[in-house]
Amino acid sequence: MVTRGFFSGRRPPSDTDARIPPGQYLEQGFPVLSAGPTPRVRTEDWSFTLKQGPNPLKKWNWAEFNALPQSKMTRDIHCVTAWTKFNTPWQGVMIDDILADAGIEPPTAYTLALSFDGYSTNVPTKDLVAGKAMVALLYEGKPITPDHGGPARLLVPHLYFWKSAKWVNGLQFTERDEPGFWELRGYHMYGDPWREQRYSSDP
Amino acid sequence: MSAEPSPQSPWQAATITRIEKRTPRVTSFWFRPSRPFAHLAGQHVDVRLTAPDGYQARRSYSIASAPEAGGGVELAIERLDDGEVSPFFHDVAAVGDEIELRGPLGGHFIWEESDGGPILLVGGGSGVVPLMAMVRHRTLRNKAVPVALVFSARLWDEVIFRDELIGLDDRRDGFDLVLTLTREPARRPSDYSRRVDARMMAQAIERLPKAPRLAYVCGSNAFVSAAADALIGAGVPAGIIRTERYGV
Ligand SMILES: Cc1cc2nc3c(=O)[nH]c(=O)nc-3n(C[C@H](O)[C@H](O)[C@H](O)COP(=O)(O)OP(=O)(O)OC[C@H]3O[C@@H](n4cnc5c(N)ncnc54)[C@H](O)[C@@H]3O)c2cc1C
Repeated sequence: MVTRGFFSGRRPPSDTDARIPPGQYLEQGFPVLSAGPTPRVRTEDWSFTLKQGPNPLKKWNWAEFNALPQSKMTRDIHCVTAWTKFNTPWQGVMIDDILADAGIEPPTAYTLALSFDGYSTNVPTKDLVAGKAMVALLYEGKPITPDHGGPARLLVPHLYFWKSAKWVNGLQFTERDEPGFWELRGYHMYGDPWREQRYSSDP
Repeated sequence: MSAEPSPQSPWQAATITRIEKRTPRVTSFWFRPSRPFAHLAGQHVDVRLTAPDGYQARRSYSIASAPEAGGGVELAIERLDDGEVSPFFHDVAAVGDEIELRGPLGGHFIWEESDGGPILLVGGGSGVVPLMAMVRHRTLRNKAVPVALVFSARLWDEVIFRDELIGLDDRRDGFDLVLTLTREPARRPSDYSRRVDARMMAQAIERLPKAPRLAYVCGSNAFVSAAADALIGAGVPAGIIRTERYGV
């Protein structure tokens, strides 16, 4: 439906058009979105736990976690609130390397990412492994600020950005695909930006 | 860009039925959706504009009207001069136009009567819009719930819904309005002339009969960060604070 009188618009340059998913616009800044106040998590208090159901499989403190192999990922990210940001540079620990350090294969097909503030979000396990996702520790070479989820956040760049849980403190493998915080509040269970899976009523 | 909406597309056409200037920079638009919906106080809709060549822009706008208010869905849109969608509404949109919208959306930043109170609302600029829906909902549904609204605006003339809010405050029925103007002296004895801080939050809480059960903060990202920190500084537990950020 064409909107009367709407002609202008910031059409993306044609060389980048193909990188912008439907319904998204290109953002130069880095907006902040969250459900509550920004938790200030001190690295002294930080830990990261792998769990299967309620049972811990392995836990790292900040120093131990930072000693894991570090990788870099520069990716386009897509927020469900319709902005897309190109070439965001992250550094952190690939989920593959976390699993390797724990000496395990992923035990179940589904994962819940857990955060210090009680937030959680579900991601199929296969979307976290094989080089697709990391726990990021640095953004643009510097520690991630609290507003953006520091000291550590999940980075699953091929899904809408609410899946990249801020203030992450663990991954919990689950038998079933269990909805997390936003998924219980109307957001899509998977969240593929290219298929515009924003809300639960989207196909 | 986006394909044509599929038959089950949640987007629908809504007709603008009324337009009213609220402040020099904020105008309210009332929409009559072709498929009417019920919303909760605090929810928003997504709005989508389409150019003749198929280019689309979409943005979110909170619903200002109470769920039980007739007369359609009110959105109060602030004009950003260098923006894309908000200047379209201010300069182009007219009564009778059809605009595509989707909603209601949002399942966290909402207040229902069953959530109880007291509640503390903190809004900056257009961040007052979803809080207004909560205030109106309370007025129409359950005045027994004590509510304090701290509303930060730059100028007295930029206080959106000012007459309505002051009218509600004057009833002294458990709704308390605290205005804080950041670029002008206060006009009412109970108001402030500075940015929100922990002391202001503590004083707002003292106006409630007991500690708030829930606190809602909405506005620009910078405002929400500062106000949420101020609430925590005033002793409000982080777990009862819900925030909604409008972006940069
Ligand atoms: C849940 C939610 C509810 C909201 N409710 C309301 C509401 O009730 N009322 C309200 O007024 N707003 C609300 N907003 C904000 C609203 O969605 C829009 O962000 C706002 O109207 C600005 O849109 P715009 O298209 O006019 O500006 P945009 O074009 O998005 O620009 C916003 C700012 O970003 C900068 N900018 C953007 N793109 C560029 C670029 N390419 N180059 C340089 N600078 C750029 C501009 O300086 C501009 O000031 C809400 C947001 C959310 C997430």
